[in-house]
Amino acid sequence: MKSAVIVFPGSNRERDMLYALETITGVKPVPVWHTEHEVPDVDLIVLPGGFSYGDYLRTGAIAARANIMAAVAKKAAAGVRVLGVCNGFQILCESGLLPGVLMRNAHLRFVCKNVDLEVANANSDFTKKYAKGQIWPCPVAHGDGNYFADAETVKRLEAEGRVSLRYANGTNPNGSVNDIAGILSARGNVMGLMPHPENMIEPLNGSTAGRGLFESVLEAVA
Amino acid sequence: MKARITVTLKNGVLDPQGKAIEGALGSLGFEGVEGVRQGKYFEVDLAETDAGKARAALDEICAKLLANTVIENYAIELADAKSGK
Repeated sequence: MKSAVIVFPGSNRERDMLYALETITGVKPVPVWHTEHEVPDVDLIVLPGGFSYGDYLRTGAIAARANIMAAVAKKAAAGVRVLGVCNGFQILCESGLLPGVLMRNAHLRFVCKNVDLEVANANSDFTKKYAKGQIWPCPVAHGDGNYFADAETVKRLEAEGRVSLRYANGTNPNGSVNDIAGILSARGNVMGLMPHPENMIEPLNGSTAGRGLFESVLEAVA
Repeated sequence: MKARITVTLKNGVLDPQGKAIEGALGSLGFEGVEGVRQGKYFEVDLAETDAGKARAALDEICAKLLANTVIENYAIELADAKSGK
């Protein structure tokens, strides 16, 4: 599986993501700088975590208008899988590739800890290696992870099975509506999540449960 | 032409920062503060001198970048073209 990682000024988890992708897929991913106008021909495009443009204006707002995002949107429309983690999720929401917005954490504090994630939809290209209802540990590290959308949008996401991951066991770290940790696009080829599965792939991390997400995409594109 | 733009959270959208400020005002002894909502303020200088065209451009500027219309409203105020210079 070929993959690309988009790098913005202020991205800081791109190396973790590049490492995870190479470790799990066996193919070196291509880093792509935000000023580029084209994304190479890949099976998966990843927007990594970080603080693009120092979170100026709103998290992900400036990055969402970068040159490369028009190319990412074109690829997404053509069915290419796109994954946004943390700041990447914020960028996907700001660019309109996913609905809703990530607001300041309800308690106003930055959170950096492990949470429990429950797989709410195990049929997606990003979660098919998990079982529905499976709970796995994953780290979060963010100040703006409080998922919000209007009631109608949330209802539609729930009804269409587009909530892929939920915070479980009372570990919602940010006040997200319906404990939403990750969502899918209408077509299912775009997913955004606040937790960092790329940091849960080796025994040294305490668990390898994050691998399932990347292995799901690997299987989906095979 | 100069424009003043204010971006505010829509009604019903929780504003934890406003709440925290409201709490701090209470701690400082300011009584009777019944609510605080935090927003953003922008001053934009435009080369455009026609008010109608300026307003149309600003509308697009706000909708495309300055505000996230999922959660925010925006208001545009044009300074008088003469006194604004």
